[in-house]
Amino acid sequence: MQKRSLGFWLQLALTLAVSAFLGVPILQSMLAGVTRNIFQGVLKSGLTLDWVGQVLTLYWPAILLSIEIAIGCLIVTLLVGVPAAYGLARAPGRLARLAEEALVLPVAVPGLALALAMVIAYNPWGGFRQSAWFILAGHVLFTLPFMVRAVLAVMASSDLATLEEGAASLGAGFFRRFFDVVLPNCRSGILAGALTVVTLSIGEFNLTWLLHTPLTKTLPVGLADAYASLRLEIGSAYTLVFFVLIVPLLVALQLMGRPRRMKPVPEDQP
Amino acid sequence: MGTPRGRMIAGLMILPAALVFLAFFVLPLVRLVVAGGDGPDGWAGYGVALADTRHLTSLAETLVLSIAVTLATLVLGGIPGLFLARNRFPGRALLVSILTLPLAFPGVVVGFMVILLAGRQGLIGQVSQLMGGDRIVFAYSMAGLFLGYVYFSIPRVVLTVMASAEKLDPLLEEAARSLGASPWRVFLDVILPGLKPALIASGAVSFATSMGAFGTAFTLATRIDVLPMVIYTEFTLGVNLAAAAGLSLLLGAVTWAALALARQATGAGVAAAG
Repeated sequence: MQKRSLGFWLQLALTLAVSAFLGVPILQSMLAGVTRNIFQGVLKSGLTLDWVGQVLTLYWPAILLSIEIAIGCLIVTLLVGVPAAYGLARAPGRLARLAEEALVLPVAVPGLALALAMVIAYNPWGGFRQSAWFILAGHVLFTLPFMVRAVLAVMASSDLATLEEGAASLGAGFFRRFFDVVLPNCRSGILAGALTVVTLSIGEFNLTWLLHTPLTKTLPVGLADAYASLRLEIGSAYTLVFFVLIVPLLVALQLMGRPRRMKPVPEDQP
Repeated sequence: MGTPRGRMIAGLMILPAALVFLAFFVLPLVRLVVAGGDGPDGWAGYGVALADTRHLTSLAETLVLSIAVTLATLVLGGIPGLFLARNRFPGRALLVSILTLPLAFPGVVVGFMVILLAGRQGLIGQVSQLMGGDRIVFAYSMAGLFLGYVYFSIPRVVLTVMASAEKLDPLLEEAARSLGASPWRVFLDVILPGLKPALIASGAVSFATSMGAFGTAFTLATRIDVLPMVIYTEFTLGVNLAAAAGLSLLLGAVTWAALALARQATGAGVAAAG
C-alpha cells in the first residue's frame, strides 16, 4: 500500500464531515424517538418505547394507508409500465422517443404543480377526489416514469430483438415470447423499478399534501402533522417508524442497483 | 418488429400508460391553464400575477437559493463521490451507505433533520451554547432551507459522480502524469472534463429539486417565501387561481427546461428528481 498523500487526508476529512452532516441527524432522530425526555437527555431520563407506541396508535391508519397505496401503486405501475417499456423499446423511430419523453414529463414538473392541476381538474368528481384512489392516481403518475425507465434501460442493454426472433422462429407466439423471453430477461430492471416505486410512494409528500383529505392521510402527511404540532419525541418516534419501513427498501435498491449499472447483462457473461 | 403487426402490438402496449398520462397529466394541465384564466381579471390575471412584486421577489429568491444549493452540493457531494470511487480503505462501504441513504427521504423528513441540526433544540445551537456563545438557531429561515436542500441533494451527486468516476479511463490519467502533469493539473485537465456530464446531470437535478421542493419548506416554516410556498398560499389562503396556476406553470417550465438542457448537454438520461 502506497503512503497516503496530504490530498487523501483532506478529502477523507471532507468526506467524513459530509457523512456526519447526513448521518448525525438520522441518529439523533432515532435516539430521540426512544428517549423518555429529550430535554433531560438520554442518560438522565432513560429509554422508552412509549413514543413509538403512541405514534402507532395515533397514526396507524395513515401508516397502513401508505402501505396500501404503495402496493397498489406497485401493481398498477407493473401492469402499465412494463408493457409500456416493451412497447417503447420495440417501436422504432421518432414517435417512440417522443412518447418516451412525454411519459417522463411528470417527474420533471414539481409535485405541487401536478397536484394543483389534478385537484382543479377532478374537483367536480367529488367521490373520486375524496377517496384514496385519487392519491393512488397521483402516485402512479409520479412513479410510472421510474418503472418505465428502469425496465427500458435493461431492455435497451440486452439484445431483446435477437432473443425474440429466435423464439419466434421456433414458433413462439407473442404472449409466449413476452412472458417466457422478455420478462425473464428484464428481471433486474423490473425489480429495480419496483423497489423505486414503493420507496417513492411511501415517502411521497409534495403531491399528496394537496391530494389528501382528513380521511385519507398518508404516512408523510402524518409526519408533517406530527412535526408541526406534537412534541419532538413523537416526531422523532414517527420518523423512526418511517425509517424502519424505508431503509430496508433503500438498502436493497443500492445493493442491486450499483453493480448492475456497470454490467447490464450479467447473465450473458461467459 | 417493423411489421404493421409489430407496430400495432407496440402501440397497444403503450396505450394504458398513455391513458394514465392523458387523464392525470395532460387533462389536468389543460384544466389548470383554463382555470387560471377564469378569474376576475380573465386571461389578464396571468399577467397581473406574474408582474406582482412579491411573486417576482419570490421567483428571484428561489432561483438564487437553487443555484447556491446546486453549487454547494456539487462541491460537497462531488469531492466525496470522487474520493470514494478512487480510494479503497476500511470503512469505505459504511461511508458510501451513509452518503447515499437519504436519497429517497421525503422533503418533510429532511425538514425535520434540519430542525434537529439547527432548530430551537438543535445540535448546532447546543454546541454553540456549550462553547460559551449564543444559541445559534437558523432552521426556520432561508439558511435552514439551504441546509435542507443541500442535505437532500448530496446523495444523488455522490452516486452519479461515483458511477461516472468508476468509468473514467485510468490510462488517460497515467499518460498525463507521465508527461509531467501535477496532480492538480491532472484533476483540472483530465478528471474534471471526464466528470462533466455527471456533474451537469446531477447539478440539474439538484437545481430542479430545489426549485420545486415543497415538503422541506412546509416543515420549516410557512414564512419562507420560496415559489412553491407562494403557490401553496395563493391557492389555499388567497384562492387566487390565476396566480397559483401561473406560478405553477412557470415553475414547471423552469424545472423541465433545466432537466432538458442538462440532458441535451450530456446526451444521457438524467436521473429524475425524487
